[in-house]
Amino acid sequence: MSWLDTVVQGVLLGGLYALFAAGLSLVFGIMRLVNLAHGDLIVLAAFLILVLVSALGLNPFAAAVIAAPLMFAAGWLLQYFLLNRTLGKDILPPLLVTFGLSIVIQNGLLEGFSADSRRIFAGSLETASIGLGPVNAGIMPLMTFLSAVAAVVGLNQLIYRTAVGRAFRATSDDPLTAGLMGIRPQRIFAMATGLAMVVVTIAALYLGTRANFDPTSGPARLIYAFEAVIIGGLGSLWGTLAGGIILGVAQTVGAAINPEWQILAGHLAFLLVLLFKPRGLFPRAVD
Amino acid sequence: MALPSFQVETQTKASAVFGIAAAAALLIAFAAPLLVSRGVIQDLFFILTMLVLAQNWNLLAGYAGLISVGQQVFVGFGAYAMFGCVILFGVDPLVAVLIAGVLSTLLAIPTAFFTFRLYGPYFAIGTWVVAEVVRLLLAQWKALGGGTGTSLPRDATRDMLGVGLMRDVFDMKASQAGDALTYWLALILAALTVGFIYRLLRSKQGLGLAAVRDNEQAARAVGVDARRMKAFVYLATAFITGIAGALIYVQKARISPDAAFSVTDWTAYVIFIVVIGGIGTVEGPIVGVIVFFLLQNLLAGYGSWYLLVLGLIGIGVMLFAPRGLWGLVSDRTGIQLFPVRRMLKGGSLNQTSKGGPHG
Amino acid sequence: MALIETKGLKAFYGDFQALFGVDIAIEAGETIAIIGANGAGKTTLMRSISGVLANEAGSILLRDRPIGALSAPDVLACGIAMVPEGRKLFPSLTVEENLLVGTYGYKGEGPWDLESVYALFPVLKERRKNPATALSGGQQQMVAIGRALMSNPKILLCDEISLGLAPVVVRDIYAAFPRIREGGASIVIVEQDIVQALKVADRVYCMMEGRITLSGRSSDLSRDDIHTAYFGGNRHELA
Repeated sequence: MSWLDTVVQGVLLGGLYALFAAGLSLVFGIMRLVNLAHGDLIVLAAFLILVLVSALGLNPFAAAVIAAPLMFAAGWLLQYFLLNRTLGKDILPPLLVTFGLSIVIQNGLLEGFSADSRRIFAGSLETASIGLGPVNAGIMPLMTFLSAVAAVVGLNQLIYRTAVGRAFRATSDDPLTAGLMGIRPQRIFAMATGLAMVVVTIAALYLGTRANFDPTSGPARLIYAFEAVIIGGLGSLWGTLAGGIILGVAQTVGAAINPEWQILAGHLAFLLVLLFKPRGLFPRAVD
Repeated sequence: MALPSFQVETQTKASAVFGIAAAAALLIAFAAPLLVSRGVIQDLFFILTMLVLAQNWNLLAGYAGLISVGQQVFVGFGAYAMFGCVILFGVDPLVAVLIAGVLSTLLAIPTAFFTFRLYGPYFAIGTWVVAEVVRLLLAQWKALGGGTGTSLPRDATRDMLGVGLMRDVFDMKASQAGDALTYWLALILAALTVGFIYRLLRSKQGLGLAAVRDNEQAARAVGVDARRMKAFVYLATAFITGIAGALIYVQKARISPDAAFSVTDWTAYVIFIVVIGGIGTVEGPIVGVIVFFLLQNLLAGYGSWYLLVLGLIGIGVMLFAPRGLWGLVSDRTGIQLFPVRRMLKGGSLNQTSKGGPHG
Repeated sequence: MALIETKGLKAFYGDFQALFGVDIAIEAGETIAIIGANGAGKTTLMRSISGVLANEAGSILLRDRPIGALSAPDVLACGIAMVPEGRKLFPSLTVEENLLVGTYGYKGEGPWDLESVYALFPVLKERRKNPATALSGGQQQMVAIGRALMSNPKILLCDEISLGLAPVVVRDIYAAFPRIREGGASIVIVEQDIVQALKVADRVYCMMEGRITLSGRSSDLSRDDIHTAYFGGNRHELA
């Protein structure tokens, strides 16, 4: 495998990590909430798609289209009835409640689906590839990457071009004054988490079709998402995409040197960025 | 006229009675290996080591505001350091436990360097990343079994310092003596940890820590070096957690990276113990570890339902009784067993004296 | 029937009582000023009416409808908009977005939209793509007023709009008020600048220590009356 090939695979893998991270980034940007159950929610969405595929015989993409609104509703309810109660000056309650939620989701999935590794089958798409100049790229990794770009563009359009997006940013700046504009911060937060869950569903689709997953896969996805967000710098979704790409390239390059080093190389890249650029490569928010 | 005489106290009547009761309980606990079966001693060992981990996490999160979900790094690293000393250098396991504590503290220096750059909630995940990095690195160490792990040599624990003596004095089998010895060490470690944390909280530094927790900016304004206090707490908990991890693995005698760096075993359980018992109190983790042990036995047959229930209880407590079970008890009864609050005794503050300058 | 009135309005911050039974009434189309020293309770009164602070339902009546317990978004939906003290623009939003966000929860019938606000404050149109916080203090205050107008409120509450601004800038801003009145809204102005308040308002309420100490038509009040109501009965001076 040539180095160019390795880097291209890494960039495409980075798309997956950006999809993991975009929801986390969105939610943190709007309500300063770090959801420790984010990875487990990705895995939950993957199981939801799996169930839709196997029970209704659906194509995975069609299943994701059905799963997305369900996940939106789940995220909305979760935020409105549980997480909103934890928001405040103290960072302890949201962290501990979402940590508890992470444990609950993991073990709930273990009860429901056992510890076996699963996979969502996407038929011939899985092995299909196209030539991109000198390198070959798999159709699924390419779709993952394009979906990540689309998700970032879509979220940015929403945030910077619509009334809801203005309300998102206004609430993030100052929830009390936003109330004077008729904005209900509790609902804005619920909507943001709902949206994050839609992105999570897209991430879950590609997680599930590209690799095996099991109920305990969540925490590792959370860590990748977190690393992508920090590498990119808080407050910028394009930064998050770049962070995901850097993480992906670090991992594939590490794996090319020694297959056991894949994950480690990603973590080391993250630590290096933290060492030299503690605010990330493309910082935007002032926190 | 004379000013009423004030006295600053942190002692309460309940705490004095409790002090005597605790001393008696400690004595009985020391005699336990001679009184109860080996199974009970192993249970008690588990409770004591979890208590040590919980007290440390509570000090970090409840007092220093450092919410870590990566404390398993010090358990795992301490355990691996102990294994390394025993297997590679033939050090006695008990000496190795102490070395493990020192090495864990050394590890905490670069760790703090990275994680302290992250703000609040991101610190939490940052500690987790560091734990993953250390786990992955140690999984590369082939001399200690790589990813699959290894066992302590049989004769290492059998010939451990003190085991021979106990065999002669109490007429115990080697394995029984080993369990009793690790139990005693866990008991001492737990007592010292509680004593250390209690003393720290009652000291001037403890007051500074409370000030930082309540309002970091205000505390800085009156000269409390918040960063230094947090760094000290972080290093101290790394030392104790490393020792606890090493001790746990002397008793287990078998290690693997996945088990030694398990988030569930060494951090999730610990967080639930502290949250359910009551975060930000010395009593909380003690109550929490007892509740935790009872729940574990009650739900032992139900597999992952156990953790699911534990998670739900943790969420419920955080939402509806954020100061935990001990907080509920303390609010109802006013009892404090480890009082750290300073109380003025002797005079009455609203006593007004006649004939003052405004009279 | 007054357009809006408060009846025995009390307000608390925790255990601290800030308002002790305030009664004011505003008729449709009227402009009133509320004056008083720092800590007199003027801002608390504004926060109570606008729903930032929750009160007893019956202590604030909008055409006899109790609205005291409503939240800020619900109060806005009744046609009451506020220009908060300190402007409180959203730094992540441009000038134009700050104006647009004013219509998020409610948009009543009336003359105000982007175009008419820009006509009122032409400088904002030039700077509409700038982040709101890049503007000068006076321009920021114009954005804050424009933002509140965008929902076409029946009642416009303006809290300390001259605070921290140079007199010449304050004059510019108050120059816009006749046109805002023409738009039909009743206006409540909270001011420390008495001269400015008397100039623009039909009637004046003076507050001290959480109570109304004086009220009347601007033209009827003497300087001495106001001075006493503002600073309290200073017997040495009166004696």
